[in-house]
Amino acid sequence: MSFPWAKHYQPTNPFMRWMDEKLPLPRFVYNAIGSGYPVPRNLNYWWNFGVLAGFCLVLQIITGVILAMHYAPNALVAFDSTEHIMRDVNWGWMMRYAHANGASAFFVVVYTHIFRGFLFSSYKAPREMIWLLGVVIFLLMMATAFMGYVLPWGQMSFWGAKVITGLFGAIPLVGEPLQVWLLGGFAPDNAALNRFFSLHFLLPFVIAGVVILHIWALHIPGSSNPTGVEVKTESDTVPFHPYYTAKDGFGLAVFLVIYAAFVFFMPNALGHPDNYIPANPLSTPAHIVPEWYFWPFYAILRAFTFDFFFIPAKLLGVLAMFAAILVWFFLPWLDTSPVRSARYRPLLRKFIWFGFVPCMAALFYLGGAPAEEPFVMFSQLAAAYYFAHFLIILPIVSMVEKTKPLPNSITEAVLSKHGDAPAAAE
Amino acid sequence: MAEATIDNPAVADGDEGGVRRRDFIEIAAVSFGGIGALATLYPLISQMAPSRDVLAESSTEIDVSAIQPGQAVKAVFRKQPLFVRRLTPKEVAEADAVPASSLRDPESLEERTKPGHKDMLITMGVCTHLGCVPLGAGEGEVKGEFGGYFCPCHGSHYDTAARIRKGPAPTNLLVPEYEFTSETTVTVG
Repeated sequence: MSFPWAKHYQPTNPFMRWMDEKLPLPRFVYNAIGSGYPVPRNLNYWWNFGVLAGFCLVLQIITGVILAMHYAPNALVAFDSTEHIMRDVNWGWMMRYAHANGASAFFVVVYTHIFRGFLFSSYKAPREMIWLLGVVIFLLMMATAFMGYVLPWGQMSFWGAKVITGLFGAIPLVGEPLQVWLLGGFAPDNAALNRFFSLHFLLPFVIAGVVILHIWALHIPGSSNPTGVEVKTESDTVPFHPYYTAKDGFGLAVFLVIYAAFVFFMPNALGHPDNYIPANPLSTPAHIVPEWYFWPFYAILRAFTFDFFFIPAKLLGVLAMFAAILVWFFLPWLDTSPVRSARYRPLLRKFIWFGFVPCMAALFYLGGAPAEEPFVMFSQLAAAYYFAHFLIILPIVSMVEKTKPLPNSITEAVLSKHGDAPAAAE
Repeated sequence: MAEATIDNPAVADGDEGGVRRRDFIEIAAVSFGGIGALATLYPLISQMAPSRDVLAESSTEIDVSAIQPGQAVKAVFRKQPLFVRRLTPKEVAEADAVPASSLRDPESLEERTKPGHKDMLITMGVCTHLGCVPLGAGEGEVKGEFGGYFCPCHGSHYDTAARIRKGPAPTNLLVPEYEFTSETTVTVG
């Protein structure tokens, strides 16, 4: 499953030799992220975000397990126990801010990681399974993040729980009983809070499991690379360690600087002040929006203000919101171009940078804006373009596009770039 | 950068008389990262120590005026039982009759009480063996062979000064830090 020239694990220390016979865990690590994993030599910084996402998962699990030591998942005391963490527990404020901003950081990293996939068509064969598992991870992350946001039991927690479970109420026939079943009541209360806590604790470990599958699937074909040309010879690769452990280490340091700036200097910049008001089932905050990482999908949800034939607007919005992510599952087959990297696909590249990116930026903005004109109309336009990109533009572009000539190998691409011409802009 | 190290490692590494610039960078980077990781461990460990609200409950005030000689009350100090006992003159005499040097944990009654309040014995109600609550403070409870306290878990006998006399407990019942804030009021902790 690796390249024939991959270095073999040869322990010299007697203890490590003994260990290798009984439980070859060091060998496993060596072949996964050590010198035994040959990686294309031309990976750029877009390729840092997989390791960063893994780091974020570990960060969230560590801080989360600690918060769970001090938090009480009971509707009567949940808000107070959150304040207890902030005021009484040693370093509790830091744990909570690290966890809350850690969620945002995780989404920044994962969105970048996914966008890398769009830009370099990482979803194409032979890496479809890696992509599909990645979308599963993203869906699990969204569920986990949502339930985590409910736990402090502030106003935004409560109304977020009500609105998001209300989405399921839009499903015909079973919708309302389903919503009541999900909540264990007619509105979010102790039953909902307890099960959200339980699942919020469980799901990260499920994510960790799927991440292992994601990496396992990755190691079969090996990592993709910015040219999209597959590895052919040994000169196309370098060992993961020390080359990419060092490069990822540098990326991690940059990430930590930005992350620490948020945790220590603007911990509430990405939150909502209303969530410091205890949950009140009788009063909805004036402006209720989810956390920023849900905004594009929230904008798509709210874009549907009209009934379509027999489908009511409420159901349509919910379907569109879920479809916005589920469409990613079909990407490997919607994009039929034989060329992977947008570097050699000038038309796709233009559509991504000047069509899709502004569209996503608009959706991010509009999802956080109030539900009034002109935002609703722009949401409708942006949502339409979003689906058009995947379902119309991408299939047509991959058929009609005249691609640039591919280099014969990664080595050739790297040497011509650094040898003859000054390094071209990415 | 990658191909420079592959094609000509000596140049890229700045190899000058066996001292490589890369060695310095490696050691500096790993040390810096290591110190950062260690610093991060501190809050991760410290968070399990008692929180501010627990520490805020760490002193207890007791009114001892109603306790009659021969009587004891159980109070709570740091979520653990506290025995407050007024000794009878006979119990004081019994405690004084034993030479402290002959005991497993040599302490006289004077050392275990406050000056002028030799009959006011304040100890934790926590057996020093494995933490059970000894009997003897409540009305009608067994007081053990030495008339003080008796721990039913593993059979430790304490005398009238709550000193260990027989059984597995290693030390006398602990006397917490306390002071008489008035003639009738004691602040523990």
